[in-house]
Amino acid sequence: MAKIVVVTSGKGGVGKTTTSAAFASGLALRGYRTVVIDFDVGLRNLDLIMGCERRVVYDLVNVIQGEAKLQQALIRDKRCESLYVLPTSQTRDKDALTTEGVTAIMDELRKEFDYIVCDSPAGIESGALMALYHADEAIVVTNPEVSSVRDSDRILGILAARSRRAEQGEEPVKEHLLLTRYSPKRVEGGEMLSLEDVKELLHTPLLGVIPESEVILQASNQGIPAVHMDHSDVAEAYKDMVARFLGEERPLRFVQPVKVGFFKRLFGG
Amino acid sequence: MSLLDYFLGSRKKSAHVAKDRLKLILAHERSDGGPDFLPALQEELLAVIGKYIPVDKENIKVTMERRGDFEVLELNVLFPDQR
Ligand SMILES: Nc1ncnc2c1ncn2[C@@H]1O[C@H](COP(=O)(O)OP(=O)(O)OP(=O)(O)O)[C@@H](O)[C@H]1O
Ligand SMILES: [Mg+2]
Repeated sequence: MAKIVVVTSGKGGVGKTTTSAAFASGLALRGYRTVVIDFDVGLRNLDLIMGCERRVVYDLVNVIQGEAKLQQALIRDKRCESLYVLPTSQTRDKDALTTEGVTAIMDELRKEFDYIVCDSPAGIESGALMALYHADEAIVVTNPEVSSVRDSDRILGILAARSRRAEQGEEPVKEHLLLTRYSPKRVEGGEMLSLEDVKELLHTPLLGVIPESEVILQASNQGIPAVHMDHSDVAEAYKDMVARFLGEERPLRFVQPVKVGFFKRLFGG
Repeated sequence: MSLLDYFLGSRKKSAHVAKDRLKLILAHERSDGGPDFLPALQEELLAVIGKYIPVDKENIKVTMERRGDFEVLELNVLFPDQR
């Protein structure tokens, strides 16, 4: 059975698109047939992060409006065989999505894929509601910062009330917390909410912690999803998160400040 | 906070302030819809009251809200005009 996973947050700019690209690529690396859909109509970004922007011909809105077939809009990822990207429109407005249209696309994708990853736009309006409506599981991306935690709490409430599962009285959407842009050093210094704090505030199981890292910018500059940035903390952290999502046990890494060695301190590094 | 910090009376770390503020905000915002058991409570009250006085589902309302340091459970029942 295909699983639909929404990557959401309420607050903008916390790392949803970065996470959608890395998570979908990570699932594909593990051999799952995966499609990642950009729901951010008007602010197309996922194609850039996936590095396939020059291959976009048709998009989600074209398919919904009957201007193209789903197969024509799906772009095969150049790094992973079993991964496809469904880009969104750059020009239309967010009301171009219809509930019926999205439902039809989901039904079709369910037949072909193991995982359908939905990259939600920020906010709690129609675009975000559309992205989370069909979800079986949700990854709530949160930064250790007051406004992000508050918005995550609101999105958790919306998942519990407005998703298809909630409306049809099915088992609720399975929620996961993903803490991103985490800086262990600042946590140690008491300037940043710790992962324990955020877990306690949101009462949601922690799927992973992605450290703040300059590698993310290098990755987005080149259009390479973060899991492919070999030997980097973020790639490893995203791979761990994918493994946990698939039910494997992985200890948390990159959550302690890096100890600067004596010599490095002495001579500078 | 270490003992030394305590004696020096150093200020609270900002992350600590953030957590305290969030605890308050979230508790407040979550209480908007009331606790989970309210719909069930409303159903049961409706059944009990209905044994004695006929009353419509729309005419009974149970809410819970915070007022200062108290949680107030409010029950409003509108009885049909029996004249
Ligand atoms: N772990 C990280 N370390 C450093 N920078 C990061 C990290 N994760 C994301 N960023 C940066 O944060 C910014 C926002 O990321 P991204 O576009 O993924 O967020 P978003 O939630 O999808 O935003 P929007 O709400 O606009 O869709 C980008 O500049 C990205 O490079
Ligand atoms: Mg985005």
